[in-house]
Amino acid sequence: MSLEGSTTAALAVPSKKARRTGRNPLARLVSEMTRSVEGFIGLLLVLAVLAFSLIGPLIMGTDVSGDASRAWEGPSAQHWLGLEGSGKDTFHLLVIGGGTVLMVGFLAAAITTVIAVAIGALAGYVGGRLDAALLQLTDIVMTIPQIVLLAVVGAFYKLDSPALLAVIIGVLTWPVLMRSIRAQVLSLKEREFVEAAQLLDVGWFRIVFGEIVPNMASYILINFIIAVTNAIYAMVGLYLLGLAPQRGTNWGIMINDAWTKGAMFNPDAMPYIVAPVVMIVLLQLGLILLTRTLEEILNPRLRER
Amino acid sequence: MSTDVSSPHASPPATSAAPARRGSLLHRIANSFVLRRLVRSAFVIWVVATGVFLLVRLLPGNPVDVYINQQISLYGKTYDQAAAEAQVYFRFDPSASIFEQYGGYLLGLLRGDLGTSITTPGVTVTEKIAQYLPWTLYSVGLALIISISIGLLLGMIMAYRRGGIIDNLVTVIGSTFHAIPNYLLAILIVVVGAVQLGVIDYARMRGNISPGLEPELSLRFLSDIGYHATLPMLTYILTTAGTWALIMKSSTTQVLGEDYVTVAKARGLKDVRIQSDYVGRNALLPLIAQIATQAGFVVGGAIFVEQTFSYEGVGLLLFESINTRDYPTIQGVLLVVTITVVLANLAADLVNAALDPRIRLGAGGAA
Repeated sequence: MSLEGSTTAALAVPSKKARRTGRNPLARLVSEMTRSVEGFIGLLLVLAVLAFSLIGPLIMGTDVSGDASRAWEGPSAQHWLGLEGSGKDTFHLLVIGGGTVLMVGFLAAAITTVIAVAIGALAGYVGGRLDAALLQLTDIVMTIPQIVLLAVVGAFYKLDSPALLAVIIGVLTWPVLMRSIRAQVLSLKEREFVEAAQLLDVGWFRIVFGEIVPNMASYILINFIIAVTNAIYAMVGLYLLGLAPQRGTNWGIMINDAWTKGAMFNPDAMPYIVAPVVMIVLLQLGLILLTRTLEEILNPRLRER
Repeated sequence: MSTDVSSPHASPPATSAAPARRGSLLHRIANSFVLRRLVRSAFVIWVVATGVFLLVRLLPGNPVDVYINQQISLYGKTYDQAAAEAQVYFRFDPSASIFEQYGGYLLGLLRGDLGTSITTPGVTVTEKIAQYLPWTLYSVGLALIISISIGLLLGMIMAYRRGGIIDNLVTVIGSTFHAIPNYLLAILIVVVGAVQLGVIDYARMRGNISPGLEPELSLRFLSDIGYHATLPMLTYILTTAGTWALIMKSSTTQVLGEDYVTVAKARGLKDVRIQSDYVGRNALLPLIAQIATQAGFVVGGAIFVEQTFSYEGVGLLLFESINTRDYPTIQGVLLVVTITVVLANLAADLVNAALDPRIRLGAGGAA
């Protein structure tokens, strides 16, 4: 799911229109977002899933008790999506199950982005041997199929908590992003403002993290969202295959449970397998639509084509 | 993958082509692009092999220790007995120093010796992988080729008719399918296609071959394996073709703006010739650079997809070995899959260099 190719163009130049209006950048972003149908749908989807998974549990509570005698009951007015194999309300499980997915997705993406930005910015700015060595390292890490590596690491070492899973995903997936950050820094470091900072002799740390990195903020934001989708892909996959401990409730575990119990062959149980799938697809679709539109807004060169 | 995707048209540094160095044959061999790529691939494989060795042998809670402890606690074996068994499965000598073990492990790898499977006694890991890997290579490889061809065609059409129906339609459908994780698409295919609509005979299409059919070079065999590979391949193609189309579109759009295309048009060359020789060939370059990354991704995703369709490829083998804690097989699969991706990378690099001579000359630096 690497989007390296589609997101590599420099994004630091503010659009002409933006410079003219000169409003608060956030307000500008929102107004531009609402103008693109695609991006607006994406934003709404993400917000809806976030609200569903973060506010939902506050309303419905996190305790789900099941009545085993009513297992696999079909949808009804009281139980919108029916009941699962141990008589628990599917809709309630769906509400609770999003928190872990979102937490792992955002935490892993944050770790990946921090590592990638730190190493990528350093490699790009310092250059020379350090750059060559780091590139060589990313070449190697990128070669290993990350899902396979994750599954193997998960098999060798028990990934007991979702947070641990997020850390491992974050630590294993930074190379692709690091390379594009590095490419960005290579082009940015020739700009006048960097030269000015160099003349002031503020030190490389402030030049890299005070001047160059903030100028890539929009680019980093887009890649952060892409990293969220990748992390969710990896973590749901691991739960779905049963390669991560099946403790607690999340959408991946629900699908795994439904699949192993053959829910798809039972018309009454259909919501139990389809609902979490739909939630994940909506979330991923929303995030990707969001990145596409952000890219267009923040990169005028793409739009002019 | 050393070529930076963002700047496929970067100008090559002039140093590596300096005429003074051209004279000596030895220099030319040492500077040969193919040789450099081969050495680099071998280096990557060595690093991964070493990493796997450390993962399996040295880190706390490593599989060898786990296995030995298990044997002692479960079957009341002595440490020596358990260690002797571990030695058979993992192919190492516990009394030797870690460096000797490492040397033995690397020598074993060179001979294609990956140890013996714990769950199916008497079968070496190499034999097991040799049995499963071809199915994955066949289904993933063919799906990639089909998907890239579709993406290439669509992408060029989209670039030529920007804003047209095809452009908008493919963009919407492509990004939707790109957003669906491939394993969820696989589940949806089963749930919707097989159970709800009943158009897919899931029970018959499971597995990679109909029971009782022996591998042979006959039409019946080929159509059977094609039939069984349909669902996994459909999943791979649907989830990747849109991405290829979008990459191809942006790359073609970029090429269309180049001066040499204008010149070609001004010279009155036929459209077909401009499309294939001038635009297509150059637009393809960034695409090939992406194949390597994508190949690794699809092979990784095969674990999920093959399990859903019970397609007996290397992904399913990995899944089963993880579930049965067959560590030598897990280790072997990780190594072999990585080597496969390294080789796919190598092939992509070589093809890319054949299409774009600048890469051959330019790759001499830090890469």
